[in-house]
Amino acid sequence: MNVTIVDYKSGNISSVINSFKEVAKEKVKIEVTSDLKKINSSDKVVLPGQGSFKSCIDALNTINGLVETLNEFAINNKKPLLGICVGLQMFADIGYEETETKGLGWIPGKVTKIDNQNGKYKLPHIGWNEINIMKDSKIFKDIKDKSHMYFVHSYEFIPNDKNAISATTNYSSNHVCAVEIENIFGTQFHPEKSDKTGLKIIDNFMSL
Amino acid sequence: MLKNRIIPCLDVKNGRVVKGINFVDLKDAGDPVEQAKIYSDGGADEICFLDITASNENRDTIYEVVKKTSKKCFVPLTVGGGIRSIEDINKLLNCGADKVSINTAAVQNSKVVIDSSKKFGSQCIVVAIDAKKKGKNWEIFTHGGRNSTGIDAIVYAKKMEECGAGELLVTSMDRDGTQVGYDIELMSNISSKVNIPVIASGGVGNLDHLVEGIKLGKASAVLAASIFHYGKHSIKEAKEYLDSKGIPVRI
Repeated sequence: MNVTIVDYKSGNISSVINSFKEVAKEKVKIEVTSDLKKINSSDKVVLPGQGSFKSCIDALNTINGLVETLNEFAINNKKPLLGICVGLQMFADIGYEETETKGLGWIPGKVTKIDNQNGKYKLPHIGWNEINIMKDSKIFKDIKDKSHMYFVHSYEFIPNDKNAISATTNYSSNHVCAVEIENIFGTQFHPEKSDKTGLKIIDNFMSL
Repeated sequence: MLKNRIIPCLDVKNGRVVKGINFVDLKDAGDPVEQAKIYSDGGADEICFLDITASNENRDTIYEVVKKTSKKCFVPLTVGGGIRSIEDINKLLNCGADKVSINTAAVQNSKVVIDSSKKFGSQCIVVAIDAKKKGKNWEIFTHGGRNSTGIDAIVYAKKMEECGAGELLVTSMDRDGTQVGYDIELMSNISSKVNIPVIASGGVGNLDHLVEGIKLGKASAVLAASIFHYGKHSIKEAKEYLDSKGIPVRI
Protein backbone atom coordinates (compact mmCIF):
# COMPACT_ATOMS: atom_id res chain seq x y z
CA MET A 1 0.00 0.00 0.00
CA ASN A 2 1.11 3.54 -0.53
CA VAL A 3 0.02 6.77 1.08
CA THR A 4 0.70 10.10 -0.57
CA ILE A 5 1.20 13.31 1.37
CA VAL A 6 0.38 16.13 -1.02
CA ASP A 7 3.30 18.55 -1.14
CA TYR A 8 1.87 21.76 -2.55
CA LYS A 9 4.23 24.18 -0.75
CA SER A 10 1.64 25.09 1.87
CA GLY A 11 4.08 25.57 4.71
CA ASN A 12 5.81 23.15 6.97
CA ILE A 13 4.90 19.51 6.39
CA SER A 14 7.97 17.85 7.87
CA SER A 15 6.12 16.86 11.06
CA VAL A 16 3.37 15.24 9.00
CA ILE A 17 5.98 13.31 7.02
CA ASN A 18 7.87 12.23 10.17
CA SER A 19 4.76 10.99 11.94
CA PHE A 20 3.41 9.06 8.96
CA LYS A 21 6.82 7.46 8.43
CA GLU A 22 6.99 6.55 12.12
CA VAL A 23 3.62 4.78 11.94
CA ALA A 24 4.21 3.26 8.50
CA LYS A 25 7.53 1.60 9.39
CA GLU A 26 8.18 -0.87 6.54
CA LYS A 27 4.54 -1.81 5.90
CA VAL A 28 3.40 1.24 3.99
CA LYS A 29 5.17 3.38 1.43
CA ILE A 30 4.91 7.09 2.14
CA GLU A 31 5.25 9.36 -0.88
CA VAL A 32 5.58 13.11 -0.56
CA THR A 33 4.78 14.66 -3.90
CA SER A 34 2.68 16.96 -6.04
CA ASP A 35 2.94 14.60 -9.01
CA LEU A 36 -0.61 14.15 -10.27
CA LYS A 37 -0.13 10.61 -11.54
CA LYS A 38 1.35 9.46 -8.25
CA ILE A 39 -1.47 11.06 -6.31
CA ASN A 40 -4.07 9.47 -8.54
CA SER A 41 -2.60 5.99 -8.28
CA SER A 42 -2.00 6.02 -4.53
CA ASP A 43 -4.24 4.19 -2.09
CA LYS A 44 -4.69 7.05 0.31
CA VAL A 45 -4.01 10.74 0.27
CA VAL A 46 -3.15 13.15 3.06
CA LEU A 47 -3.85 16.83 2.48
CA PRO A 48 -1.99 18.95 5.04
CA GLY A 49 -2.36 22.70 5.27
CA GLN A 50 -0.74 25.53 7.20
CA GLY A 51 -1.06 29.27 6.96
CA SER A 52 -4.27 30.91 5.83
CA PHE A 53 -7.21 29.38 3.98
CA LYS A 54 -6.49 31.69 1.08
CA SER A 55 -2.77 30.92 0.92
CA CYS A 56 -3.47 27.17 0.90
CA ILE A 57 -6.15 27.39 -1.81
CA ASP A 58 -3.85 29.63 -3.86
CA ALA A 59 -1.03 27.12 -3.43
CA LEU A 60 -3.29 24.24 -4.58
CA ASN A 61 -4.34 26.25 -7.62
CA THR A 62 -0.72 27.04 -8.51
CA ILE A 63 -0.16 23.41 -9.43
CA ASN A 64 -1.92 22.83 -12.68
CA GLY A 65 -4.50 20.04 -12.47
CA LEU A 66 -4.02 19.36 -8.74
CA VAL A 67 -7.56 20.34 -7.67
CA GLU A 68 -9.01 18.22 -10.49
CA THR A 69 -6.83 15.27 -9.47
CA LEU A 70 -7.91 15.57 -5.83
CA ASN A 71 -11.55 15.77 -6.95
CA GLU A 72 -11.14 12.66 -9.00
CA PHE A 73 -9.41 10.84 -6.15
CA ALA A 74 -11.82 11.76 -3.37
CA ILE A 75 -15.14 12.44 -5.11
CA ASN A 76 -15.18 10.23 -8.22
CA ASN A 77 -13.01 7.33 -7.07
CA LYS A 78 -14.04 7.65 -3.43
CA LYS A 79 -10.61 6.74 -2.10
CA PRO A 80 -9.69 7.67 1.49
CA LEU A 81 -8.41 11.19 1.99
CA LEU A 82 -7.40 12.86 5.25
CA GLY A 83 -7.27 16.65 5.54
CA ILE A 84 -5.30 18.11 8.44
CA CYS A 85 -5.88 21.61 9.84
CA VAL A 86 -6.33 23.94 6.85
CA GLY A 87 -6.41 20.72 4.81
CA LEU A 88 -9.75 20.02 6.51
CA GLN A 89 -10.93 23.61 6.23
CA MET A 90 -10.48 23.54 2.47
CA PHE A 91 -13.27 20.91 2.22
CA ALA A 92 -15.68 23.85 2.73
CA ASP A 93 -17.42 25.86 0.00
CA ILE A 94 -15.99 29.09 1.22
CA GLY A 95 -13.47 30.56 3.65
CA TYR A 96 -13.26 34.04 5.11
CA GLU A 97 -9.61 34.27 6.20
CA GLU A 98 -7.86 37.31 4.63
CA THR A 99 -10.59 37.56 2.02
CA GLU A 100 -13.55 35.52 0.78
CA THR A 101 -12.08 32.47 -0.97
CA LYS A 102 -13.74 29.55 -2.68
CA GLY A 103 -12.88 26.15 -1.17
CA LEU A 104 -12.96 22.64 -2.63
CA GLY A 105 -16.68 22.38 -1.87
CA TRP A 106 -16.57 18.73 -0.79
CA ILE A 107 -18.46 19.29 2.45
CA PRO A 108 -20.92 22.20 2.20
CA GLY A 109 -20.19 24.85 4.78
CA LYS A 110 -17.99 27.80 5.61
CA VAL A 111 -14.78 28.62 7.49
CA THR A 112 -14.99 31.63 9.81
CA LYS A 113 -12.97 33.11 12.65
CA ILE A 114 -13.58 31.67 16.13
CA ASP A 115 -15.64 34.11 18.20
CA ASN A 116 -13.21 35.20 20.93
CA GLN A 117 -16.01 36.87 22.90
CA ASN A 118 -14.43 40.33 22.80
CA GLY A 119 -10.98 39.17 23.77
CA LYS A 120 -12.08 36.78 26.52
CA TYR A 121 -10.46 33.93 24.61
CA LYS A 122 -6.99 34.28 23.18
CA LEU A 123 -6.44 33.41 19.55
CA PRO A 124 -4.94 31.32 18.05
CA HIS A 125 -6.49 28.45 19.98
CA ILE A 126 -3.10 26.87 20.79
CA GLY A 127 -2.48 23.81 22.86
CA TRP A 128 -4.03 20.56 24.03
CA ASN A 129 -7.78 20.29 24.18
CA GLU A 130 -10.20 17.42 24.68
CA ILE A 131 -12.22 16.11 21.79
CA ASN A 132 -15.85 15.07 22.13
CA ILE A 133 -16.43 12.17 19.80
CA MET A 134 -19.81 12.66 18.11
CA LYS A 135 -20.01 9.59 15.96
CA ASP A 136 -18.34 6.29 15.36
CA SER A 137 -15.57 7.36 13.04
CA LYS A 138 -13.20 4.78 11.60
CA ILE A 139 -10.22 6.98 12.40
CA PHE A 140 -11.26 7.10 16.07
CA LYS A 141 -11.02 3.35 16.56
CA ASP A 142 -9.59 2.74 20.07
CA ILE A 143 -9.49 6.49 20.72
CA LYS A 144 -11.23 7.35 23.98
CA ASP A 145 -13.78 10.13 24.17
CA LYS A 146 -12.17 13.24 25.77
CA SER A 147 -8.71 12.35 24.46
CA HIS A 148 -6.34 15.29 24.21
CA MET A 149 -5.24 16.58 20.84
CA TYR A 150 -2.94 19.42 19.85
CA PHE A 151 -4.60 22.43 18.20
CA VAL A 152 -3.29 25.58 16.53
CA HIS A 153 -5.88 27.61 14.67
CA SER A 154 -8.00 30.76 14.73
CA TYR A 155 -10.63 29.70 12.20
CA GLU A 156 -13.26 26.98 12.43
CA PHE A 157 -15.16 24.94 9.86
CA ILE A 158 -18.94 25.11 10.15
CA PRO A 159 -20.51 22.41 7.97
CA ASN A 160 -24.15 22.82 6.94
CA ASP A 161 -24.92 19.19 7.61
CA LYS A 162 -24.22 18.38 11.26
CA ASN A 163 -24.00 14.69 10.37
CA ALA A 164 -20.59 15.39 8.86
CA ILE A 165 -19.21 16.17 12.31
CA SER A 166 -17.28 13.34 13.94
CA ALA A 167 -15.83 15.33 16.87
CA THR A 168 -16.03 18.73 18.50
CA THR A 169 -13.87 20.61 20.97
CA ASN A 170 -14.73 23.38 23.36
CA TYR A 171 -12.98 26.72 23.13
CA SER A 172 -15.18 29.80 23.44
CA SER A 173 -17.93 27.49 22.17
CA ASN A 174 -18.18 23.96 20.85
CA HIS A 175 -16.63 23.88 17.44
CA VAL A 176 -15.99 21.21 14.87
CA CYS A 177 -12.64 19.49 15.16
CA ALA A 178 -13.16 16.41 13.00
CA VAL A 179 -15.37 15.49 10.07
CA GLU A 180 -16.13 12.32 8.18
CA ILE A 181 -18.26 11.78 5.12
CA GLU A 182 -17.82 8.37 3.53
CA ASN A 183 -14.18 8.30 2.37
CA ILE A 184 -13.36 11.88 3.33
CA PHE A 185 -11.82 12.51 6.74
CA GLY A 186 -10.55 15.67 8.32
CA THR A 187 -9.07 16.81 11.62
CA GLN A 188 -8.71 20.42 12.73
CA PHE A 189 -6.20 19.29 15.33
CA HIS A 190 -2.77 17.95 14.44
CA PRO A 191 -2.61 14.16 14.90
CA GLU A 192 1.06 14.34 13.87
CA LYS A 193 1.77 16.45 16.98
CA SER A 194 -0.66 14.77 19.35
CA ASP A 195 1.67 12.20 20.83
CA LYS A 196 0.61 8.54 20.98
CA THR A 197 -3.12 9.17 20.55
CA GLY A 198 -2.42 11.24 17.46
CA LEU A 199 -0.22 8.53 16.00
CA LYS A 200 -3.04 6.04 16.66
CA ILE A 201 -5.37 8.16 14.51
CA ILE A 202 -2.77 8.13 11.74
CA ASP A 203 -2.49 4.37 12.14
CA ASN A 204 -6.30 4.03 11.93
CA PHE A 205 -6.35 6.07 8.73
CA MET A 206 -3.57 3.98 7.20
CA SER A 207 -5.36 0.76 8.21
CA LEU A 208 -8.65 1.71 6.49
CA MET B 1 -11.40 22.75 27.85
CA LEU B 2 -8.04 24.04 26.70
CA LYS B 3 -5.25 22.89 29.00
CA ASN B 4 -2.37 24.96 30.29
CA ARG B 5 0.87 23.74 28.83
CA ILE B 6 4.10 22.77 30.54
CA ILE B 7 7.12 23.30 28.31
CA PRO B 8 10.57 22.09 29.32
CA CYS B 9 13.23 24.21 27.69
CA LEU B 10 16.59 22.80 26.75
CA ASP B 11 19.34 25.34 26.28
CA VAL B 12 21.61 23.91 23.64
CA LYS B 13 25.20 24.86 22.92
CA ASN B 14 27.22 23.05 20.25
CA GLY B 15 24.66 20.25 20.23
CA ARG B 16 24.71 19.69 24.00
CA VAL B 17 22.23 20.74 26.67
CA VAL B 18 23.31 23.41 29.12
CA LYS B 19 21.51 25.77 31.45
CA GLY B 20 22.96 29.02 32.63
CA ILE B 21 22.57 30.97 35.80
CA ASN B 22 21.73 34.49 34.61
CA PHE B 23 22.93 33.44 31.15
CA VAL B 24 26.48 32.58 32.26
CA ASP B 25 28.20 29.79 34.25
CA LEU B 26 27.04 26.89 32.09
CA LYS B 27 26.75 23.25 33.17
CA ASP B 28 26.36 20.26 30.89
CA ALA B 29 23.13 18.32 31.35
CA GLY B 30 23.15 15.83 28.52
CA ASP B 31 22.16 15.00 25.01
CA PRO B 32 19.26 17.11 23.69
CA VAL B 33 17.68 14.40 21.56
CA GLU B 34 17.56 11.93 24.42
CA GLN B 35 16.36 14.57 26.87
CA ALA B 36 13.60 15.70 24.54
CA LYS B 37 12.43 12.13 24.13
CA ILE B 38 12.37 11.62 27.92
CA TYR B 39 10.30 14.78 28.27
CA SER B 40 7.83 13.92 25.53
CA ASP B 41 7.39 10.39 26.90
CA GLY B 42 6.91 11.93 30.34
CA GLY B 43 4.02 14.07 29.14
CA ALA B 44 5.63 17.39 28.17
CA ASP B 45 3.11 19.39 26.15
CA GLU B 46 5.80 20.85 23.94
CA ILE B 47 9.56 20.88 23.79
CA CYS B 48 11.61 24.02 23.41
CA PHE B 49 15.22 24.22 22.25
CA LEU B 50 17.08 27.43 22.74
CA ASP B 51 20.34 27.59 20.83
CA ILE B 52 22.09 29.95 23.22
CA THR B 53 25.32 30.62 21.47
CA ALA B 54 23.86 30.69 17.99
CA SER B 55 24.42 34.41 17.56
CA ASN B 56 28.16 34.10 17.54
CA GLU B 57 29.10 30.50 16.84
CA ASN B 58 28.64 27.80 14.26
CA ARG B 59 24.98 26.98 14.23
CA ASP B 60 24.76 23.92 12.02
CA THR B 61 24.75 21.60 15.04
CA ILE B 62 21.21 22.73 15.94
CA TYR B 63 19.83 21.60 12.58
CA GLU B 64 21.06 18.06 13.21
CA VAL B 65 19.61 18.11 16.74
CA VAL B 66 16.23 19.28 15.41
CA LYS B 67 16.23 16.69 12.63
CA LYS B 68 16.92 13.83 15.02
CA THR B 69 14.48 15.06 17.66
CA SER B 70 11.60 15.53 15.25
CA LYS B 71 11.86 11.90 14.20
CA LYS B 72 11.43 10.76 17.80
CA CYS B 73 9.15 13.30 19.46
CA PHE B 74 5.58 13.72 18.34
CA VAL B 75 4.69 16.80 20.34
CA PRO B 76 5.32 20.34 19.12
CA LEU B 77 8.93 21.42 18.95
CA THR B 78 9.90 25.09 19.21
CA VAL B 79 13.40 26.23 18.32
CA GLY B 80 14.91 29.62 19.09
CA GLY B 81 18.25 31.35 19.23
CA GLY B 82 20.11 33.21 16.54
CA ILE B 83 17.30 33.26 14.01
CA ARG B 84 17.99 36.16 11.68
CA SER B 85 16.02 35.66 8.50
CA ILE B 86 13.16 33.99 6.67
CA GLU B 87 15.78 31.59 5.30
CA ASP B 88 16.83 30.55 8.84
CA ILE B 89 13.16 29.93 9.71
CA ASN B 90 12.60 27.94 6.56
CA LYS B 91 15.63 25.77 7.31
CA LEU B 92 14.52 25.01 10.88
CA LEU B 93 10.95 24.21 9.82
CA ASN B 94 12.28 21.90 7.12
CA CYS B 95 14.39 20.10 9.72
CA GLY B 96 11.20 19.39 11.67
CA ALA B 97 10.68 22.33 14.03
CA ASP B 98 7.00 23.22 14.42
CA LYS B 99 7.58 26.75 15.65
CA VAL B 100 10.48 29.13 15.82
CA SER B 101 11.07 31.74 18.45
CA ILE B 102 12.56 35.00 17.26
CA ASN B 103 14.21 37.44 19.62
CA THR B 104 16.92 39.89 18.47
CA ALA B 105 15.91 39.85 14.79
CA ALA B 106 12.33 40.83 15.67
CA VAL B 107 13.56 43.84 17.65
CA GLN B 108 15.96 44.95 14.93
CA ASN B 109 13.49 44.53 12.11
CA SER B 110 9.84 43.77 12.79
CA LYS B 111 9.41 43.00 9.10
CA VAL B 112 10.91 39.57 9.83
CA VAL B 113 7.83 38.85 11.98
CA ILE B 114 5.40 40.32 9.46
CA ASP B 115 6.91 38.44 6.53
CA SER B 116 7.45 35.12 8.30
CA SER B 117 3.95 35.00 9.79
CA LYS B 118 2.53 35.66 6.32
CA LYS B 119 4.74 33.07 4.69
CA PHE B 120 4.59 30.27 7.26
CA GLY B 121 1.50 31.22 9.28
CA SER B 122 1.29 32.88 12.71
CA GLN B 123 0.99 29.45 14.33
CA CYS B 124 4.72 28.87 13.95
CA ILE B 125 5.99 32.33 14.85
CA VAL B 126 6.78 32.87 18.53
CA VAL B 127 8.34 36.18 19.50
CA ALA B 128 10.69 35.87 22.48
CA ILE B 129 10.91 38.92 24.71
CA ASP B 130 13.73 39.29 27.26
CA ALA B 131 12.69 42.00 29.70
CA LYS B 132 14.28 43.66 32.70
CA LYS B 133 12.56 45.83 35.29
CA LYS B 134 13.32 49.53 34.91
CA GLY B 135 11.50 51.79 37.34
CA LYS B 136 7.81 50.99 37.03
CA ASN B 137 8.21 49.46 33.58
CA TRP B 138 10.24 46.82 31.80
CA GLU B 139 12.85 47.29 29.12
CA ILE B 140 13.61 44.69 26.48
CA PHE B 141 17.09 43.37 25.82
CA THR B 142 18.59 41.61 22.80
CA HIS B 143 21.55 39.32 22.04
CA GLY B 144 20.79 36.88 24.86
CA GLY B 145 20.29 39.70 27.31
CA ARG B 146 23.52 41.55 26.57
CA ASN B 147 22.22 44.66 24.80
CA SER B 148 19.73 47.16 26.15
CA THR B 149 17.31 48.74 23.69
CA GLY B 150 15.36 51.41 25.56
CA ILE B 151 12.15 49.79 24.24
CA ASP B 152 9.24 49.28 26.62
CA ALA B 153 8.25 45.61 26.91
CA ILE B 154 4.47 46.16 26.96
CA VAL B 155 4.50 48.48 23.95
CA TYR B 156 6.72 46.02 22.13
CA ALA B 157 4.50 43.02 23.00
CA LYS B 158 1.48 44.75 21.47
CA LYS B 159 3.46 45.66 18.39
CA MET B 160 4.55 42.05 17.90
CA GLU B 161 0.94 40.89 18.15
CA GLU B 162 0.05 43.34 15.38
CA CYS B 163 2.97 42.11 13.28
CA GLY B 164 1.54 38.59 13.32
CA ALA B 165 3.24 36.74 16.18
CA GLY B 166 1.22 33.68 17.22
CA GLU B 167 2.58 33.58 20.77
CA LEU B 168 4.88 35.53 23.04
CA LEU B 169 7.59 33.87 25.10
CA VAL B 170 8.28 36.32 27.90
CA THR B 171 11.47 35.91 29.96
CA SER B 172 12.28 38.00 32.98
CA MET B 173 16.00 38.74 32.85
CA ASP B 174 15.94 39.62 36.54
CA ARG B 175 14.58 36.20 37.44
CA ASP B 176 16.23 33.91 34.90
CA GLY B 177 18.39 31.35 36.69
CA THR B 178 17.52 32.64 40.16
CA GLN B 179 14.87 30.01 40.99
CA VAL B 180 12.82 32.58 42.96
CA GLY B 181 9.79 32.46 40.65
CA TYR B 182 8.47 34.21 37.56
CA ASP B 183 8.14 37.99 37.46
CA ILE B 184 4.36 37.75 37.92
CA GLU B 185 3.76 41.45 37.44
CA LEU B 186 5.52 41.39 34.05
CA MET B 187 3.63 38.30 32.88
CA SER B 188 0.19 39.48 33.91
CA ASN B 189 0.80 42.94 32.49
CA ILE B 190 1.71 41.59 29.08
CA SER B 191 -0.89 38.82 29.10
CA SER B 192 -3.74 41.20 29.89
CA LYS B 193 -2.71 43.59 27.10
CA VAL B 194 -2.43 41.16 24.21
CA ASN B 195 -4.93 38.69 22.76
CA ILE B 196 -2.37 36.02 21.88
CA PRO B 197 -1.08 33.35 24.30
CA VAL B 198 1.81 34.21 26.60
CA ILE B 199 4.40 31.65 27.69
CA ALA B 200 6.00 32.60 31.02
CA SER B 201 9.73 32.02 31.43
CA GLY B 202 12.59 32.78 33.77
CA GLY B 203 12.96 32.02 37.46
CA VAL B 204 11.18 28.73 38.19
CA GLY B 205 12.57 27.03 41.27
CA ASN B 206 9.62 24.97 42.49
CA LEU B 207 6.20 23.73 41.42
CA ASP B 208 4.33 26.55 43.14
CA HIS B 209 6.05 28.93 40.76
CA LEU B 210 4.39 27.15 37.84
CA VAL B 211 1.00 27.53 39.56
CA GLU B 212 1.66 31.24 40.12
CA GLY B 213 2.69 31.76 36.49
CA ILE B 214 -0.70 30.52 35.34
CA LYS B 215 -2.99 31.73 38.11
CA LEU B 216 -1.42 35.12 38.81
CA GLY B 217 0.69 35.68 35.71
CA LYS B 218 -2.22 34.66 33.45
CA ALA B 219 0.15 32.71 31.22
CA SER B 220 -1.27 30.10 28.84
CA ALA B 221 1.87 28.03 29.17
CA VAL B 222 4.80 27.82 31.56
CA LEU B 223 8.35 27.18 30.50
CA ALA B 224 11.03 25.87 32.82
CA ALA B 225 14.48 24.40 32.50
CA SER B 226 16.56 23.46 35.51
CA ILE B 227 13.78 22.09 37.75
CA PHE B 228 13.25 19.44 35.09
CA HIS B 229 16.73 18.62 33.89
CA TYR B 230 18.47 18.10 37.16
CA GLY B 231 15.77 15.63 38.16
CA LYS B 232 14.32 17.88 40.85
CA HIS B 233 10.85 17.27 39.43
CA SER B 234 9.41 15.19 36.62
CA ILE B 235 6.89 16.56 34.15
CA LYS B 236 4.37 14.12 35.61
CA GLU B 237 4.86 15.46 39.12
CA ALA B 238 4.49 19.01 37.87
CA LYS B 239 1.24 18.16 36.10
CA GLU B 240 -0.21 16.32 39.06
CA TYR B 241 0.65 19.27 41.26
CA LEU B 242 -0.99 21.77 38.90
CA ASP B 243 -4.02 19.51 38.67
CA SER B 244 -4.28 19.40 42.48
CA LYS B 245 -4.33 23.22 42.44
CA GLY B 246 -7.26 23.26 40.04
CA ILE B 247 -5.28 24.14 36.91
CA PRO B 248 -6.41 22.27 33.79
CA VAL B 249 -3.57 20.15 32.45
CA ARG B 250 -3.27 17.21 30.07
CA ILE B 251 -2.64 14.10 32.15
